Amino acid sequence: MAYEMLSGSQAAAAAVQRAGVDLVAAYPITPQTAIVETLANYEAKGELGGDFVSVESEYAALACCYGAAAAGARVFTATASHGLAYMHEVIHWCSGARVPVVMVNVNRAIGAPWCLDPDQGDSLSQRDTGWMQIYCSGAQEVFDTVLQAYVLSESLLLPCLVVFDGFYISHTYEAVDIPEKEKTLEFVGEKRFKPQVVPGNPVNLHGLTTGDNQILLVRNRHESMIKALDLFKQVNKKFEGYFARSYKAVDSVIPPGSKTVFVAAGSTVETIRWALPGLKDCGLIQLRMFRPYPAEELCAVLEAHDVERVIVVDRNCSIGMGGIFSQELKAALYNMENPPIVEDLLLAGGIDLTIDMLHRVLETTAEGKNADQKWGVDVR
Amino acid sequence: MAVIEQLTQDFLRTKKLPHIWCPGCGNGIVTAALVRAIERADFDQKDVVIVSGIGCSSRAAGYLNFNTLHTTHGRALAFATGLKMARPELKLFVIMGDGDCSAIGGNHFIHSARRNIDLNAVIVNNHIYGMTGGQHSPLTPVGKKATTAPRGTLEREFDLLKLARGAGATFGARGIAAQPRQLEQLIARAAKHKGFSVVEALSPCPIAYGRRNKLGGAVEMLREMKDSSISVEKASSMDTSELEDKTLTGVLFSEEAPEFSEEYHKSINKENA
Repeated sequence: MAYEMLSGSQAAAAAVQRAGVDLVAAYPITPQTAIVETLANYEAKGELGGDFVSVESEYAALACCYGAAAAGARVFTATASHGLAYMHEVIHWCSGARVPVVMVNVNRAIGAPWCLDPDQGDSLSQRDTGWMQIYCSGAQEVFDTVLQAYVLSESLLLPCLVVFDGFYISHTYEAVDIPEKEKTLEFVGEKRFKPQVVPGNPVNLHGLTTGDNQILLVRNRHESMIKALDLFKQVNKKFEGYFARSYKAVDSVIPPGSKTVFVAAGSTVETIRWALPGLKDCGLIQLRMFRPYPAEELCAVLEAHDVERVIVVDRNCSIGMGGIFSQELKAALYNMENPPIVEDLLLAGGIDLTIDMLHRVLETTAEGKNADQKWGVDVR
Repeated sequence: MAVIEQLTQDFLRTKKLPHIWCPGCGNGIVTAALVRAIERADFDQKDVVIVSGIGCSSRAAGYLNFNTLHTTHGRALAFATGLKMARPELKLFVIMGDGDCSAIGGNHFIHSARRNIDLNAVIVNNHIYGMTGGQHSPLTPVGKKATTAPRGTLEREFDLLKLARGAGATFGARGIAAQPRQLEQLIARAAKHKGFSVVEALSPCPIAYGRRNKLGGAVEMLREMKDSSISVEKASSMDTSELEDKTLTGVLFSEEAPEFSEEYHKSINKENA
């Protein structure tokens, strides 16, 4: 094992370099820029093993990836915030076209006004586009997930978004185990998809269709996406065999007797993990996979531990409804016999989660109108 | 009170200073030239609106004491078009960077030119994306290095003024941060011109561009800027061979054509008459 001190962004780039990509298309945006800069450096030194195209916009970056993937290339791009929002049309398009694309999104708030803090609203607003979404809580996880994303994406012919928090992960350094490229290439394997555009075999792709056909295509995509829940387990089993570590779609640390469980995605997971020994009768669930949504796994964990109270940490807000992770969790609990109460801690705007905040939220019980929604600014 | 102090007090949000720009950056020079140009054009302060995109130069909007809108990357001209159509009496200055204006903003740029709408585009061209730390932009000269082009970019750069003229803009000028008085005059002329006017202001970025390309510090970059440019008036009596590698400054084109917001409101009034 070879440990290197890497930021989350560098870890993402290192994984791309070791995944055998054919093409990277890139456009700068804070806090993602270091990813594409690192990849540009690999390319300049002849170490990328693929092409690096620096394009005129995020839209162009993803469209370029689409084109290359349609021609059979293994591709990568990364973006954040406004860049992801600007890609929105092609994000749908890539999924509908069933091309495997791996993209990293580094969470950052969307304006107006301009804000750099790591609100998750950028990636969550792409929830319904037909991309898998995996949320990482640290640089090692970023590295590993990017590698795994290629296997998932190429196996299911669905694009995959790997997500992590701006600054807390993108700009923070940690020791990351970087395996030999030979081993990572072997893990990712040969490309599992065929090119859609083949010289000598002219086809017309994605022309006009009707709702009657479209519903079948949507159902097909939905059913493929659901397969990712099982495939994620298989991929991690294989990953463990190669690199002696693995991940679950829903991870948990729930000590016996825990009455309350925090549910989080992204870097807040690590804050809670750190604080857990000082939080009385508390456990933690890390929601790693968000699309497909691992509803059954979540309910199974909550049921197995007889959890009474769930506090969802939402560094986002669906304005007019509340935290998005919390809404999704509530929907998943609908068929549970004795569902726990669900409260929401809103860190929208991208504010920091502190250990004090966790203590205060625990002390405040949910009573009265909207008491199940607590704003981070009120409990810090 | 000296004129410059009065201008500072009236036209700058002094509470917002000091600015965020790096030492040696030309954004301050261009912003000051803009302020003096607005004074020179004798516009009523309440009618002036500054619209900016995002990037280092676009932060100027925060320091200027007018109605100012900081908008999305590359789209400032589209936001400004809405303002101008709703309130044609406004005097609009749209501050953009090279990356902002000519990459994501390229489409809005050519369509503003095509319509010949009365907006004053001031493009601070420092040949690089500065705010994100030095990636190449569509105005980075061929061969120059950037973090996303460590071996030097192979892509050809736009000639922004040729692009503007080809798309229908009716006023185009180029100034340099090394000659702030000329820049001020050019922006003032653009402001008085009815129609889409473009002022390209070449500006040094010693930190994210100069350093990587070994162009020296701000002083060397400004000196080189001055040495390599020549006014259109002087150039008119010189041979083409003498003008190789020279950057033309001054008013490169100025012509009259119907202005979009005025034509539109005329047509509406005719229909309602």
